Amino acid sequence: MTYFADVAALTRKDLKVELRARDTLPAMLLFVLSTLVVFRFALPEGTSDAAAYGLLWVAIVFTALLGLARAWVPEQEHGVLDGLVLAPCDRSAIWFGKTLATLAFLVAAQVVALPAFVLFFAPLDPTALAGVALADVGICAVGSLMAAMAAAGRARELLLPLLVLPLAVPLVVGGVGAAISPDGERYLLLLALYDGVFAVLSWASFEYVVTE
Amino acid sequence: MGLAILLALFVAPEDADQGVSQRIFYIHVPIALTAYFCFGLGAWKALLLLWRGDERYDLESYVAIHHGTIFGVLTLVTGSLWAKASWGVWWLWSENQLVLFLVLFLFYCAYFMLRFSLEEGPRRARSSAVYALFGVALIPVSFLAIRLAEDFIHPTVFTRDGPQMTATMFTAFCVTWAAVTLLAYVLYRVELAGKRLDADLRELREALQ
Repeated sequence: MTYFADVAALTRKDLKVELRARDTLPAMLLFVLSTLVVFRFALPEGTSDAAAYGLLWVAIVFTALLGLARAWVPEQEHGVLDGLVLAPCDRSAIWFGKTLATLAFLVAAQVVALPAFVLFFAPLDPTALAGVALADVGICAVGSLMAAMAAAGRARELLLPLLVLPLAVPLVVGGVGAAISPDGERYLLLLALYDGVFAVLSWASFEYVVTE
Repeated sequence: MGLAILLALFVAPEDADQGVSQRIFYIHVPIALTAYFCFGLGAWKALLLLWRGDERYDLESYVAIHHGTIFGVLTLVTGSLWAKASWGVWWLWSENQLVLFLVLFLFYCAYFMLRFSLEEGPRRARSSAVYALFGVALIPVSFLAIRLAEDFIHPTVFTRDGPQMTATMFTAFCVTWAAVTLLAYVLYRVELAGKRLDADLRELREALQ
């Protein structure tokens, strides 16, 4: 159980840092809202709702990328990551904590963004919301590993979207499918499968990415 | 390889409703299978690297993925030509194999970006290996996703009842497949030898200085 205590401590640390500095969350919120407004003008009058759902997914993926790009910045700036790697806890707990913290930011941004979407564009049914929740888990799990990988590189802000976007294609297929398809449950299954496969893979491989 | 081209072009009977354009099948499908094979090999070497920690797997994995990407480009080009010939368009989003290949192609391009952005060393080797492993997990998942999101337009050649081809067509197909795999293998060995020579030379030069 010490593993989960470690995870909880790491998540709490990230949330506390964000609460004090307020770097990431306001940026994500503002970004997702302005994207939705831009999309309002990008869509011609009388476009079907299906197109709006597609744009919602573009907004979600890019907002998540924005959050993920900031995810390891505090660790990088103060050399915290080296300390964490040396700490007597399982390294995958670092990934777990970061994933939970990023997930919290993304969900917080969506708590504002989804009602705004309903207000501006089209209604969301429970299946679509379940799709959003499942895809959030997937993108944060994969994204926090990729962000850790990109953070070691020379062009980290540039690298992260390139690494994550091809991996996010199944999530977008699943999310849009859950929103517009009459039998959305199949798409939810796909998303759950994606979450399972990639969360385990990220969890298992994080240690290799951060150790020297 | 020559024999394979001969077989594909002249011996195999023409498909009744696709005509001469169908002959590209003998090149396209083996190249695509070889590209998958290269990606698989790259991921296998990546797994070995993470497991055993031997640095030589890093180069092998990289070279395999490099060739997978080259064959991937060829697959996209031949597939696109075939699409133009038989459906009259260069690109079809409803064509799941092409879309899957495009996603994979983007993914492996990002692999190269990652590799060239990190400092050389064990950490780069391990990060690349992890990313390569994500690639093989991505193949079935995105295949499922794309299949869910499309209507079936691609001719499914291999079904559960075995290949839907006549004997000569099947022979020609197997020969081209073997030839392309052999070509990929030779390229793989050549590049590996070249890269190893490079590394040895660099070490020697550093030792001399």
